[in-house]
Amino acid sequence: METNIGIKKGRYGLYGGQYIPETLVPAVQEVEQAYENYKNDPTFQAELKHLMENYAGRPSLLYYAEKMTKDLGGAKIYLKREDLNHTGSHKINNVLGQALLAKKMGKKRVIAETGAGQHGVATATAAALMGLECEIFMGKEDTDRQILNCYRMELLGAKVHPVTTGTMTLKDAVNETMREWACRMDDTLYVLGSVMGPHPFPMIVRDFQKIIGEEIKEQLMKAEGKLPDAVIACVGGGSNAMGSFYEFIPDASVRLIGCEAAGLGVDNPKNAATIANGSVGIFHGMKSLFCQDEYGQIAPVYSISAGLDYPGIGPEHANLNEIGRAQYVPITDEEAVEAFEYLSRTEGIIPAIESAHAVAYAKKIAKNFDKDQIIVVTISGRGDKDVAAIARYRGVEIFD
Amino acid sequence: MNRISKAFENKKAFIAFVTGGDPDIETTEALIPQMAEAGADLIEIGIPFSDPIAEGVVIQAADERALRAGTTTDKLFDMVKRVRKKVDIPLVFMTYINPIYTYGTVRFTEQCVACGIDGIIVPDVPFEEKEEINSACEKAGVELISMIAPTSRERIDMIARQAKGFLYCVSSLGVTGVRSKITTNMKEMIDHVKKVSNIPCAIGFGIATPEQAYEMAAVSDGAIVGSAIVKLIAQNGRNCIEPVCQYIREMKVAVAAAY
Repeated sequence: METNIGIKKGRYGLYGGQYIPETLVPAVQEVEQAYENYKNDPTFQAELKHLMENYAGRPSLLYYAEKMTKDLGGAKIYLKREDLNHTGSHKINNVLGQALLAKKMGKKRVIAETGAGQHGVATATAAALMGLECEIFMGKEDTDRQILNCYRMELLGAKVHPVTTGTMTLKDAVNETMREWACRMDDTLYVLGSVMGPHPFPMIVRDFQKIIGEEIKEQLMKAEGKLPDAVIACVGGGSNAMGSFYEFIPDASVRLIGCEAAGLGVDNPKNAATIANGSVGIFHGMKSLFCQDEYGQIAPVYSISAGLDYPGIGPEHANLNEIGRAQYVPITDEEAVEAFEYLSRTEGIIPAIESAHAVAYAKKIAKNFDKDQIIVVTISGRGDKDVAAIARYRGVEIFD
Repeated sequence: MNRISKAFENKKAFIAFVTGGDPDIETTEALIPQMAEAGADLIEIGIPFSDPIAEGVVIQAADERALRAGTTTDKLFDMVKRVRKKVDIPLVFMTYINPIYTYGTVRFTEQCVACGIDGIIVPDVPFEEKEEINSACEKAGVELISMIAPTSRERIDMIARQAKGFLYCVSSLGVTGVRSKITTNMKEMIDHVKKVSNIPCAIGFGIATPEQAYEMAAVSDGAIVGSAIVKLIAQNGRNCIEPVCQYIREMKVAVAAAY
């Protein structure tokens, strides 16, 4: 039997790895093996392609935002419309892949964490479609601020567990889902929602999301006959950004820019900007960058966006940052809310507050580009879920 | 012979866990020598972590209490240094990899030895990742305690062969916490270990009653109790010493009877 001694699996430079309790190791290795078997299996890939095209609605549009382009007076702005996918975000790409994998592995039940509820809704959707039981763990703070998504998950047949431990947000939801998986793994797959956690999840999620960048490349070639000059996406754990970036990593001329949630500002303790403020640590199964104190206690983080409210970042992003291939910039709540309103008014597209972080940075830098240069902004999700929160931010009380 | 091996010599070991700094450092400092006096053969001191993913609700709450009380890794090192002057039994740290990594693995393991810590248990470092910390442990001279679980099966051979100190045998799926019944065939698991190694095996997770402790010690080399003790600390706060010691005396009798 192969013992794996000294073999560093699932590493991105220094980052990544498989730091999990012994109880879970066989379950994670089972996922790893199953994925290795199916990732090049033509039947699996054909089934997934069918679902992507006929259920999720892929390819998603690459939309030329002409008014925004004119208004900003610099680069041509294209929006990659992941908000138009079924369930309203890029999360469906990953969950269709993982739920299909769960079925092939003979699992009857899927469990998942969720922050804003997008991944929870997507998982509940895929579970309904494929006849899998589904339980979602969501921080109590988030079930309060995303009450519609909770009901949506229940409509889809999932059971939602509000998590009341720790800071009651996304990281605690991940803790609780890991604990649940350690209790019951025979018939259950943990469908991780981002490019994070122990190997093989950062790789699996990236592989299921890389279709975003592949489509961008193909669609832009068709529309403009060239590569973009920059690709901008928001980053919490980092799945839509990794999906957008991956195809372009070998194309050195394409700037890759991840926008992290700076909350009230990078100098204010209320932020979630891991690259700006984090340090190397090992948590949630991976070595990566985390917001933490000098003793390695994970910091309570904050962002107006429940989906970016995470104290870590996927290990492949940590490495892209370290080797300088991608750049990560902090965007405050205020900048994101302004961008949320701006895109709504300018293009008639209400983006998720997460995606608004990417829009905000495009707004900042577009004028530094020439008019024949191209910026692609990934709109990772739609903003219906955020309307009440944005109203509250602006001092308007509405009930969702 | 080091302290850990001695704890298993000619007897079944009763291993007790406390979260360091719960409800405060002073209480833990007073408690540990009394626990040793009451019959604990080895004491695990938990360094509290903000996100203890292998713990059930009881120890999660203890970690929160300890952190709220201002407990830090350095304060626990200082406490252990003082406690070490009063007790001879082995003391091991139980914590997660992030507090160790962030402290610096070399600095952490050296501090362990300087303060009289004999071993460390790190539940989120499995066999495949143990190089993260193993060479620092070996260099400093602190035992890295390995764990096996009901899911380990054919992994037991490689883990047991390289195990140091004692082997922590997890009785149940899931997280730490009291269970009414342990359903895993522990005898089979321990027999598997003994085929490849003579490392002492102690069983933990879910043990709360003297009957369970007796039963588990009978098929292994010792029983580990955490949540049941931490619960007494939660209920009694600073007045926990007497109830905890009373409990340890009962459990010790049960474990000793299994020899």
